[in-house]
Amino acid sequence: MHINLTAVAKANAGFLERVKAASGQDVAQCYQCGKCTAGCPVGYAMDEPPTRIMRLLQLSLKDEVLNSNAIWLCSTCATCTTRCPKDIDIAGVMDSLRIMAKREGRIKAVRSIDLFNDVFLGSVRKYGRVHELGVGMGHNLRTYKPFKDADIGTGLMLKGRMKLLPSKIKGQGEIARIFNEVRKLEEAE
Amino acid sequence: MKYAYYPGCSLHATAREYDQSTREVCSALGIELIEIPDWSCCGATSAHSTSHLLSVALPARNLTLAGKMGLDIAVPCAACYQRLRYAQIELDQNEGVREKVAAVTGTVYENKADVKSLLEVVASLDPEYLKSKIVRPLDGLKAVCYYGCLLVRPPRVTGFDDPEDPQTMDNLMRACGAEALDWGYKTECCGASMGISNEAITLKLVRDILQVAEKAGADCLVAACPLCQSNLDSRQTHINRAFGTGFKMPVLYFTQLIGLALGIEPARLGLKSHFVATAGIVKFAT
Repeated sequence: MHINLTAVAKANAGFLERVKAASGQDVAQCYQCGKCTAGCPVGYAMDEPPTRIMRLLQLSLKDEVLNSNAIWLCSTCATCTTRCPKDIDIAGVMDSLRIMAKREGRIKAVRSIDLFNDVFLGSVRKYGRVHELGVGMGHNLRTYKPFKDADIGTGLMLKGRMKLLPSKIKGQGEIARIFNEVRKLEEAE
Repeated sequence: MKYAYYPGCSLHATAREYDQSTREVCSALGIELIEIPDWSCCGATSAHSTSHLLSVALPARNLTLAGKMGLDIAVPCAACYQRLRYAQIELDQNEGVREKVAAVTGTVYENKADVKSLLEVVASLDPEYLKSKIVRPLDGLKAVCYYGCLLVRPPRVTGFDDPEDPQTMDNLMRACGAEALDWGYKTECCGASMGISNEAITLKLVRDILQVAEKAGADCLVAACPLCQSNLDSRQTHINRAFGTGFKMPVLYFTQLIGLALGIEPARLGLKSHFVATAGIVKFAT
């Protein structure tokens, strides 16, 4: 595959600066030693492991980065961040990239992970705390796998480790307010 | 010793035995825990994957509540711990974020409460005092301590132990009479919430951890995080089915093992609610 890097850089002008502003990290510092990928527990399943994500960023290859499954599979374990000899918070960059990809509607790479985040935060917003059973079942239904982990769920229930009903905190209104205000502020930006 | 206690969502449900054993052990060791009234979720990975501001604003509410109590915070869950620490650092060092958080929460944050992991809190006791309380030492028990990711990484945020070869839990286990084995997977990732959203990855990561633990000759794994414990314990049947392995490795919370050594009844430590039976481990406490 041939890519005209000059044209790409022109077309995606400002992308690198936005990543820098969002993450506070200067990816130009990366000299491709590969330590992040060597230690990445999920690197084996990524289309573009962390070292390559850093290089793609340096070249402003926005589509390759934001459409990758890597930014979603990253478990934010921060092994990369801890070991980077140039002190780049790579896991922090991955966070910023996920957020950018979601805002641009680029979520098809690993839809189930994005869905999990939505269902999880929906629970927090509604009750102030996560209702684990509701999140597990909500995620199963929305991924069309209603019986996934049914054995574990049943086990937890029999062991008294599953709360059937959610418990709402008194300050639930404060939590809903935080969600609303964050959205307003970010939309205005 | 008195702390504001932030159990987090899991400890009220799927990790009830971590909550139970935490309360039992702290009470036996003279650590008073006062649950933060009306605490809310820290937002976990889903919040910081969605919005940076949200990931700081959600913990900020809890930091403020604890600040009003005038106490430092003890956090048993590794994920909650790291999110509260991260939010605190952002609020202290980033004025722009502080102003935005004030706008969205309607409260001005003041840095009053320090955030500590429960592991750190228990380890801060005088080792001689802890040893004096041990009535049923875990003689002969070979344990591997599993710290996972978020207790020790990134060190800029956590910073209470070595991120590659932490020793805090190992030393506690030794104080309880157990042998803490040296092994290489102390801080490898278990896949966290991918157990739900992408199970194949979690199964592979946990398989690797169990394999190394078994090779090291461990009788059990010791955990300090509800999600790690759940992935390591409850998914062993799925792992055995997927990889043709035969794992039956008990995974206990460090508080459960300390509780046993302190002479607390196993039933009061939630030792009957595991997927892999813990009876073989309970026998070591003599």
